[in-house]
Amino acid sequence: MATGVAAWLPFARAAAIGWMPVANCPMPVAPRDNHKRQDELIILNVSGRRFQTWRNTLDRYPDTLLGSSEKDFFYNEETKEYFFDRDPDAFRSILNFYRTGKLHYPRHECISAYDEELTFFGIIPEVIGDCCYEEYKDRKRENLERLQDDQEENKDMKLPKLNFRETIWRAFENPHTSTMALVFYYVTGFFIAISVITNVVETVPCGSTTNQKDMPCGERYTVAFFCIDTACVMIFTVEYLMRLFAAPSRYRFMRSVMSIIDVMAILPYYIGLVMTNNEDVSGAFVTLRVFRVFRIFKFSRHSQGLRILGYTLKSCASELGFLLFSLTMAIIIFATVMFYAEKGSSSSKFTSIPASFWYTIVTMTTLGYGDMVPKTIAGKIFGSICSLSGVLVIALPVPVIVSNFSRIYHQNQRADKRRAQKKARLARIRIVKSGSANAFLQSKRNGLLNELLELTGTEEDEQKLIKSTSLLESQHHHLLHCLEKTTAHEFVDEQMYKQNRLETALQNDPSRSPSICSHDSSVGTCCSHRVKRNAALPSVSVPSTHPIPMHQGPLQELRAIHIQCGDLPSHTTSRSNLNLKTDDSGRINCRGAQITTAIICLPTPSALTPDGDGLHGPPQQRPPPPLGHPAAPSIQTTTSSAGTNIIKVSAL
Amino acid sequence: METAMERRRVETVSSPDSVEDELELSAVRHRPEGLEQLEAQTRFSRKELQILYRGFKTECPSGIVNEDTFKDIYSQFFPQGDASTYAHFLFNAFDTDHNGSVSFEDFVMGLSILLRGTVQEKLNWAFNLYDINKDGYITKEEMLDIMKAIYDMMGKCTYPVLKEETPRQHVEVFFQKMDKNKDGVVTIDEFIDCCQNDENIMRSMHLFENVL
Repeated sequence: MATGVAAWLPFARAAAIGWMPVANCPMPVAPRDNHKRQDELIILNVSGRRFQTWRNTLDRYPDTLLGSSEKDFFYNEETKEYFFDRDPDAFRSILNFYRTGKLHYPRHECISAYDEELTFFGIIPEVIGDCCYEEYKDRKRENLERLQDDQEENKDMKLPKLNFRETIWRAFENPHTSTMALVFYYVTGFFIAISVITNVVETVPCGSTTNQKDMPCGERYTVAFFCIDTACVMIFTVEYLMRLFAAPSRYRFMRSVMSIIDVMAILPYYIGLVMTNNEDVSGAFVTLRVFRVFRIFKFSRHSQGLRILGYTLKSCASELGFLLFSLTMAIIIFATVMFYAEKGSSSSKFTSIPASFWYTIVTMTTLGYGDMVPKTIAGKIFGSICSLSGVLVIALPVPVIVSNFSRIYHQNQRADKRRAQKKARLARIRIVKSGSANAFLQSKRNGLLNELLELTGTEEDEQKLIKSTSLLESQHHHLLHCLEKTTAHEFVDEQMYKQNRLETALQNDPSRSPSICSHDSSVGTCCSHRVKRNAALPSVSVPSTHPIPMHQGPLQELRAIHIQCGDLPSHTTSRSNLNLKTDDSGRINCRGAQITTAIICLPTPSALTPDGDGLHGPPQQRPPPPLGHPAAPSIQTTTSSAGTNIIKVSAL
Repeated sequence: METAMERRRVETVSSPDSVEDELELSAVRHRPEGLEQLEAQTRFSRKELQILYRGFKTECPSGIVNEDTFKDIYSQFFPQGDASTYAHFLFNAFDTDHNGSVSFEDFVMGLSILLRGTVQEKLNWAFNLYDINKDGYITKEEMLDIMKAIYDMMGKCTYPVLKEETPRQHVEVFFQKMDKNKDGVVTIDEFIDCCQNDENIMRSMHLFENVL
C-alpha cells in the first residue's frame, strides 16, 4: 500500500462498517494504538538548515533512518533537535519523499552524491517516481560505464581460467587482450593489405618485353603473384578455420556476415586451383577473380568505423530506398521528355528512352560528361531544367539522410533502452503490488506463529519472531481481515491458489461445499476452524460429520489441531475468533473460542481417521482452561492420540 | 431491473462530461467551511478535524475528490482484488448531495456518522449504502450488486475458491435473516430491527470507534 494514502486509512476502515450487516461471522478485533500520542513537530537540523515536520510524517516509512528509532542516535539533547551533518540540498528531496510519498531526483545533483544520501537515510532508489526514474537510471548507467572503463585493464588480469577454445575466441574478438592476439591482428591486417595491393598491381601494365607489347604485371610475373596470392590465401584460410574452431556457436558463426565475406575472399583461389586454365571456363574464372575484391571488406574487422557505417546503412535502408525511388521517378520523367524533344533532330544520340536515362543521370548529378548533348531548342530548354532540378533533387536529400542516419542510430539505441527500462519498471511495480498483498499473508502467518509460541510459553522465540509491524500496517491488515470475515473466504497467494484448484479438480467430491457460508444452517461453522484439508493456511472448516478428506498417500498435509485459549490478549492480530470480551456471549455462534495452528505431519492413512475423531473429542468437552497454561495439555493429548510424526510447527 | 437501469443512466450521464469534469475540477479549488462550523456540525474535535483535513488535502490538493480519484485511493487498500465497484457505491454513499464529487464537508460528515454516530445512525448509513437507488427498499438485485462488489475486492486467489453463485447464496442468507415479512425487499425498519437483534453485528458496529 502506498503510504501516501496512509492518511485515508481511517476512512477505509470506517467505510468497512458497510460490510458489517452483511457478514455472518464476528469480526476480528482492531489493533489498538498503544502509543497514541499527540502529533508533535520535530526539528531536523541538517548542517544548519532547520527542517520541521510532524512526527507522523516521518513515521510513515518505518524502515528508513528517519522513520525508525535510528534517528535517536542523532538527537541533540541541548537543542532538542535531530542534527545531521549532511548535504541540506539533497535532504530537501528526501524530506519531500516522506511528505508526498514520491522521491524525486534533482537533476543538478551528482548521481553518486545523491546515491550516498539515499543510502545514508535508508531509502532504496527504486521508490524514485516515474517522472525522475529514467533520468536517474541514465545517469547511473553512464557513471557505471565510466568506472568500468577505468577498471577494465585491471580486470583482465584477474579473469578465471578459460579453456583453450575460449581463449582463442577472446583473442580473436578483442585483440587487445594479449600480445599474441595483437600480433595476429596486425599480421592479418597486413596480409589483407598485401592481397588487395597485389590484386590492383596485377593489372598494371608493366613495361614491354622485347617480344610482346605491354603486358599487365600479373601475366609477366605470374609465379611471383601466384606465390603472394597463395601465401595470403593460406593465412586467410588458417584464420578462418581457427575462428570456426573457437566459435562458441559454430552455426551462428557460419551465418554471420564476416564469415561469409571470409569465405568469399578465399573461395575463388581454391576454385581456380581446381579448374585448369582451359578456354571454356576462363570467362567464368575471370569473373571469380572479381570476388577477390571482397578481401577489402575483411578490413571491417579491423575498423570500428566501417562496422558502424555498415550498420547505419542497414538501418537507414528505407530512407535510401525512398531517395532512390524518387530519383528514379525524376529520371524517367526527364528521360521521356528529352527523348521526345530530341526525336525530331537528326543524328540524335537520344535513340530511345533507356538511352536517355544515361543523359538524365549524368545531367542531374551535375557530372555533364558531354557525350550526349541535346541539339534542339526544346531539348536544350528541358536539358537545363533537368540539370537545375537535379541539383535540388540530389543535393537536398543528402543532408537529410545524413541527419537521418544519426537520428535513427541514436533512436534505436534509446528505444532498446526504454524497452528494457519499461520491463524492469513493470516488474518493480508488480513486486511492490504483490509485496503488499504478501505482507498481509505473511503477517497472518506470523500472527499465528506468535500465538502458538505464546501458548507453549517460549518467551525468547516469541520475541525473536514478532516482527515490528507498524501500527499502520496492522490496521491495514485488520481491515483486510475484516473483509475475509465478511465474505468467509481467505486471501491466499498465487501458487497456493493454483495448488488448491488442482487438488479440488482431482478430488471432485460433489458433496463437499467449499464455501462454508453457503451452508445455511451453520452460521457458526464458518467461524469454527476445524480439521481442514490440504490448504496451507488453517482455515475453512468441514463440519465434523464429513469424513476426513481423502488425501491418502505421500502428500504432506497440514493438520489443524485445536488449542483452546479463551483469553488471549487483545493485541494479537491473529485469526482467532476471539472477540475477546470475557463474557461468553461471543461463544454462541462459534463453538468455543478456538484458534488453530497447523502442524505438518506425515499422515498415515490409518491414523487419519482416528486422528480426526481424537481431535474433535477432547476440545469439545473441555471447558476453557485458565490463562497461563492453556494449550500445553491439549497439544500433548493430541500428539499422543495422533501418533503421527509431527515434524514441526509450520509458521502459518 | 430498476436499479440496474437507473445506475446505467447515472453512468451515461457522467461519462460525456468526464473530460470537462476533469478540466473543471482542476480549475476549481474548493475551500471548506470554517473550522468552527464543521466542529459544530460533526462530532469531531478541532484537532481531529485538523488531522483529517491535512490528510485529505495531501491526497487531493484541489480540495475535492472525484469518483476516479476516489476509486484509485480506495483500490490501494485492496491490492489483490478489484475495489472499483465497491468504491463506486461508497462514493455515492458519501456524496450526499449527488454532485459528482466529494468535498471535505461530505467526507467529514460521513466519517462523523461512521466513527462517532449512534448505532442507529450507523445502521442508517449502511442501509443507505445498500439502497443503490435510494428508494427506501433494498431489493435482491441491489443487494446482489453490493455483494458482488464486496466479493470482487477479494480477487481471484482465495481459499476456498470463489464460485459464481457464492454472492448469490450470501444474498439469500442475508434476505432470510433480514426480510421478516418475506415480501422480497428489506425496508429500513426491518433492517434496523434485525441488526439490533444480532449480537455480532452490534458488536462489530463498535469495532472502529477508536480509529481516529
